[in-house]
Amino acid sequence: MYKYDQYDQAIVDARVAEFSDQVRRRLAGDITEDQFKPLRLMNGLYLQLHAYMLRVAIPYGTLDSRQMRMLAHIARKYDRDYGHFTTRQNIQYNWIKLEDAPAILADLASVEMHAIQTSGNCIRNISSDQYAGAAADEVADPRPWAELLRQWSTFHPEFSYLPRKFKIAVIASDEDRAAMKLHDIGIQLVTRDGKLGAAFYVGGGMGRTPMVAPLIKDFVPIEDYLSYSEACLRVYNRYGRRDNIYKARIKILIHELGAAEYARQVEEEFAHVKTLGIDPPAAELERISAFFAPPAFDAGAPDSVDRSDPDFAVWLDQNVKPHKQPGYAIVNISLKPVGGIPGDASSAQIDVMADLAERYSFDELRVTHAQNIVLPHVAKRDLYAMWQALVEADLAAPNLDLISDAQKIAQRFADLDRQRTLGELKLKISGCINACGHHHAGHIGILGVDRKGTENYQLLLGGSGAEDTSLGKITGPGFDEDGIVDAVERVTDKYLELREGEERFLDTYRRVGFDPFKEAIYG
Amino acid sequence: MKLLTGNDLATGAVTWWTGECWSLHVEDAVDVGEHGEAVLTAEEGARRVNAPYIIDAIATPDGPRPAHIKDRVRALGPTVRPDLTLKPADPDAGSWVI
Amino acid sequence: MAELRFRNDEALEQPAVTLDGFLQQSNATAVRLEPDEDARLLIPHLDRLALVEIAFPKFRDGRGYSSARILREAGYRGELRAAGDVLVDQIAYMRRCGFDSFLPDAPLDAEAVQASLTFYDHAYQRAADTAVPVWKLRHG
Repeated sequence: MYKYDQYDQAIVDARVAEFSDQVRRRLAGDITEDQFKPLRLMNGLYLQLHAYMLRVAIPYGTLDSRQMRMLAHIARKYDRDYGHFTTRQNIQYNWIKLEDAPAILADLASVEMHAIQTSGNCIRNISSDQYAGAAADEVADPRPWAELLRQWSTFHPEFSYLPRKFKIAVIASDEDRAAMKLHDIGIQLVTRDGKLGAAFYVGGGMGRTPMVAPLIKDFVPIEDYLSYSEACLRVYNRYGRRDNIYKARIKILIHELGAAEYARQVEEEFAHVKTLGIDPPAAELERISAFFAPPAFDAGAPDSVDRSDPDFAVWLDQNVKPHKQPGYAIVNISLKPVGGIPGDASSAQIDVMADLAERYSFDELRVTHAQNIVLPHVAKRDLYAMWQALVEADLAAPNLDLISDAQKIAQRFADLDRQRTLGELKLKISGCINACGHHHAGHIGILGVDRKGTENYQLLLGGSGAEDTSLGKITGPGFDEDGIVDAVERVTDKYLELREGEERFLDTYRRVGFDPFKEAIYG
Repeated sequence: MKLLTGNDLATGAVTWWTGECWSLHVEDAVDVGEHGEAVLTAEEGARRVNAPYIIDAIATPDGPRPAHIKDRVRALGPTVRPDLTLKPADPDAGSWVI
Repeated sequence: MAELRFRNDEALEQPAVTLDGFLQQSNATAVRLEPDEDARLLIPHLDRLALVEIAFPKFRDGRGYSSARILREAGYRGELRAAGDVLVDQIAYMRRCGFDSFLPDAPLDAEAVQASLTFYDHAYQRAADTAVPVWKLRHG
């Protein structure tokens, strides 16, 4: 875990003072809402349908039990006793009072947290692989590189009024667990001739115009990492479209320029930027990396697990993933119980997860882009005791990446055996065309739209946010609420009919194509 | 009929113009007729409301019913969390929205 | 005249000309750059420039921040003015990009400007000002 030094703390404390002053000026009437809006948005404070919403940054999704307990405390004291973990590895509070915002930020700063740049047309929270530091397939821990970007992007004076918001993800393995190519910049750490470098994919995204990011440069030497990022951003800041909010993301610039021309412009800018001394010395990376050293694993920890409890075994098979250290495992806690809202957790549940992390996972937790929580380093001998505690807290739903993560659909598919028969099936649902729910990247995606005052749902098939990134295709005319559940059922029935061997839904879809499913739905 | 709605500046709560002040309950809302814009400007200036706007509604025996589903959801509260709406004890409250 | 100026030299009285006008007119010493105009076209002429005014028709349009840095990075030392829809809470960022005078459409509250420039003692990244980035403070 990264720990703030005096400089990090001073900057976050200064932000609390600055934003408190801005809120005071607004409540006193010194500034209008038009003037205040960009200021509160720079700090993740939105005015939503029912109340103000505050988005708190969880850099690269990593936090410790002390921070997690503070998130529970804020839910209890200032909100309605729950928080919502997001696809960007952040947490949102949906019932915040403007007058409480300064106190909340002060509480967050006391545990090295903040809401800086969680909205606005700036560089947002840097996301990463939720299994970083625990997965066997990474070439390096990506989090020190994400932290370097966090510091570089914080209050970046040139890039705080970009054409549009800007999202960066950093991973370090070929398996993509962070939907890296669906970010404005996706960075994959790679090695070449024994040296570390970064592959830059630029111009991916979801929203109204989903695009998979093209590779802009296959190997940026690691000592040029920030200069190259700065060059990517400068070209975008200067030439990204500002005439139409729906065409302002970098994906549109790259689509219009072409990836090769964008890469050429970045290269030209980089040649200049590299002379400015923007990249910190290697000692800074060493300083940051030291915070992410592996915890003190027990080398003699037993590598076997007693599977005699059948319910435990089901959870084990679905939610627990292999760890690089023998005797340890990665535990996924599903925040998608049947009938619940994906990503929501009560303050009591947040406290339980904090306690479990402290007791069983070297005090570490991760938030995932699939809106679940990960305990990254759990000894296998503790798994059963931990599972029992999760059952007690209603946090043991064994449905990671199964179909049940939506209220009505979950009820239709509540039978777990039926879910397991269907296997890995990433269902992603967005409530509006802005695609917050990443419906383009779901094996099955659902988009809810408001049509003449009534709800209408579109169905998409064949998306993926993994290393085989693809975008879902709309099946055809939309459905009403019950109709969409029926349509999903017809798709899954068709899949079971067509499936060969151990194929996942996505594999079958890619093999047989779109038409058999369309036929099944609309007949 | 026309209603005036917005969110309270300090708390963010959904509010409805009653002719004198702001209420959390759409049942208290009055028809502002042609005066909406004037009230809106005055109230925004007085910092009692944030981002106010005028909506269409129909009068029913149970009170005004906003024409658009978005405002019916605002009037009740989140339909995905009935316990957090203004009518947590009424299991059928959500059907009013649809 | 700029409303807010962080320079000790005499302010220039000459009006700023457009970029096209400047490039055609050899004796002008002040130029006004629109957001979509390329600051790099001025680089061959920096030695005869005393004022570059960068236009901000809308506060959301951040292209001028890059224009300012490009000029400072090329060695421009004359007055660099932000003019237009410039808000109090943007001044600190603009100072870091190299602006040293401001001509906002709406008058700024001097106290609020002063406060906005004193909240932060440190900056994480190198920019066009003299602030020493935090990583340099850490490692010398």
